[in-house]
Amino acid sequence: MTPRADDPRPDRPIAVHPDPAPIDLARTLDLSGHAWKAVRSPEALERLAPEGGWGAAVVDCTEDPEGAWAMCRALRELEPAVDRVLVLVTGAQVDDLATRDHLYRDFCLAPAHPRELDARLRHLVAEAGDADPSSIIHHAGLELNLETYQAACDGRPLDLTYMEYELLAYLAQHAGKVVSRETLLSRVWGYEYFGGARTVDVHVRRLRAKLGEEHAHLIQTVRSVGYRLVQVRHSR
Amino acid sequence: MRGDRREYVLHTIEERGIRLVRLWFTDVLGNLKSFAISPAEMENALQDGMTFDGSSIDGFSRVQESDVLALPDADTFEVLPWVDPKGAEARVFCDIANLDGTPFEGDPRRVLRRNLAAAREMGYGCFVAPDVEYFYFAPPTPGSRPVPLDEGGFFDLTSTDIASSLRKETIRTLESMGIPVEYSFHEDAPSQHEIDLRHTDALTMADGVMTFRMVVKEIAALHGVHATFMPKPLEGVQGSGMHLHLSLFRGEDNAFHDPSDPYQLSTTAKSFMAGLLRHAAEITAVTNQTVNSYKRLVPGFEAPVHVSWARNNRSGLIRVPVPKRDNPLATRIEYRSPDPACNPYLAFAVILAAGLRGVAEGYELPAEADANLFEMPDETLAKLGIDQLPPSLSDALRAMERSELVAEALGEHIFEWFLRNKRAEWRGYKTHVSQYEIDHTLRSL
Repeated sequence: MTPRADDPRPDRPIAVHPDPAPIDLARTLDLSGHAWKAVRSPEALERLAPEGGWGAAVVDCTEDPEGAWAMCRALRELEPAVDRVLVLVTGAQVDDLATRDHLYRDFCLAPAHPRELDARLRHLVAEAGDADPSSIIHHAGLELNLETYQAACDGRPLDLTYMEYELLAYLAQHAGKVVSRETLLSRVWGYEYFGGARTVDVHVRRLRAKLGEEHAHLIQTVRSVGYRLVQVRHSR
Repeated sequence: MRGDRREYVLHTIEERGIRLVRLWFTDVLGNLKSFAISPAEMENALQDGMTFDGSSIDGFSRVQESDVLALPDADTFEVLPWVDPKGAEARVFCDIANLDGTPFEGDPRRVLRRNLAAAREMGYGCFVAPDVEYFYFAPPTPGSRPVPLDEGGFFDLTSTDIASSLRKETIRTLESMGIPVEYSFHEDAPSQHEIDLRHTDALTMADGVMTFRMVVKEIAALHGVHATFMPKPLEGVQGSGMHLHLSLFRGEDNAFHDPSDPYQLSTTAKSFMAGLLRHAAEITAVTNQTVNSYKRLVPGFEAPVHVSWARNNRSGLIRVPVPKRDNPLATRIEYRSPDPACNPYLAFAVILAAGLRGVAEGYELPAEADANLFEMPDETLAKLGIDQLPPSLSDALRAMERSELVAEALGEHIFEWFLRNKRAEWRGYKTHVSQYEIDHTLRSL
């Protein structure tokens, strides 16, 4: 089983940046009954990660935006990735959000009203409690249902073969990360597969053809390394 | 691996509301055959295969028993794009087995699999990219000559519009079925078109060629047009070929590439080419399997006649395209005689067998023939040791019949059946009195 980024385990703690956590945020988190830990840096994020990974993250971008966005990127790159990320921004920072669309799932204007923050946090964590959304990956117009093996692009079902589906699912589960051909071969095809990395290239080409001109670019070639599902926008 | 092919297929049938699953396979002559099963039967079919009577399929019939098993290859399961979504249909390619589960020797897909396994034994994976040519005509009526769309009056739209919109729709459908297209264009002859497919492994590509031919014909038919892969439908203009771009890979590496060689060709590539050249005559009946095929293989129409190779000489049998940029992966050879009316499984199988024989036995590649061979007198060609391809189906069958290589590549069952069937075709043709003879001799003799 490939670890699923969106595994709904309500008991998994929330990562909070910066460390120490802003006092209002800490209070709201405590009152709402969330388990959480403050993390100072990407290193701390990895070091303090609980078994089973972080359940979600709240990142306050108001004090040190650069460090905060770096933290968001680090959350993405974790294994498994954390994509339930709520960012706190000032009114002046709202414009920055557009270009960082892929780094957060929800945002809240700071200073945040405790009740709004509480509601957003509940929503962020509770999304996991929907009708098993753990098995549904949304990504830039793509939707993959890991339970039913169905993929759709802008609501249009994609007719994929098994290997094409598996390849897309793997890339989507590691969205934003460069995955090497070798990794894809071993994780998607299995080591016993004969045919080498050319097989991966050929399947990527087929997937792009099926995604159509408009979405073919979603699968990006990273020269002499591998492929990555690019993050364009979060389609919710 | 996370999932399971069968589960994937069964889920997709359920989720997409598939009404029928079409089991596809190919007869010995390369015709697509199919029977449909209900979704409920699919689980069983994936598990144990579906029994059917093979005696009605060309080349499947045998004396002892006629029942065979169709075993769906779950990797090829796909929802068909052109059917009404309310009653969606899917297709899956099948391998054919005997009732005891052993591979059925009359199944072309098995023949290709067996030859690919032999290549794998030697450490090679085989990649193919075909350039397929075909014609669009007005729907044929019995006894009439083909009418190209370009000859005005057939459509209100100008013919270029209808043909290029047909081609565009075809390409869209192919791409949605996972058959990526490299280039496409209107060819030299009236109403002739070419679609070049991107390379993939040989088995997938053989399946792809079957799908391709069906899609081209289906989409044309939807618009009241007849698409044909007949090798030479019109006299005096180019015929339709299916040039095959071939390469062997050893793991990550293109086994045909050697940067230190002036041609960038490895020893493997050279002996593969030598194998193809030495056995070309023997495999031609398979790559060019109709009487009509040999009317394409004549001088003057960019089709090969001579058994030779060159880098940029389109009169040769093998062309070595010069890669646009220094890209080791792009090194390949282009085998130019096959036509799109062949059985792609069998054609790929004999081509691979001929090339690999050259590799295994270290054949020496003859010198490049870069002059225009059509202009050379026969004595010069003979001095250079340049043979010609068989000039007729009959000659090709004679060369094939003596070939231990082709017998081995195809297996005895298909080898025997093919020769028998094609000799009958030749006999039928030989007794036909053509318009040519009437025109040229009725009055003068």
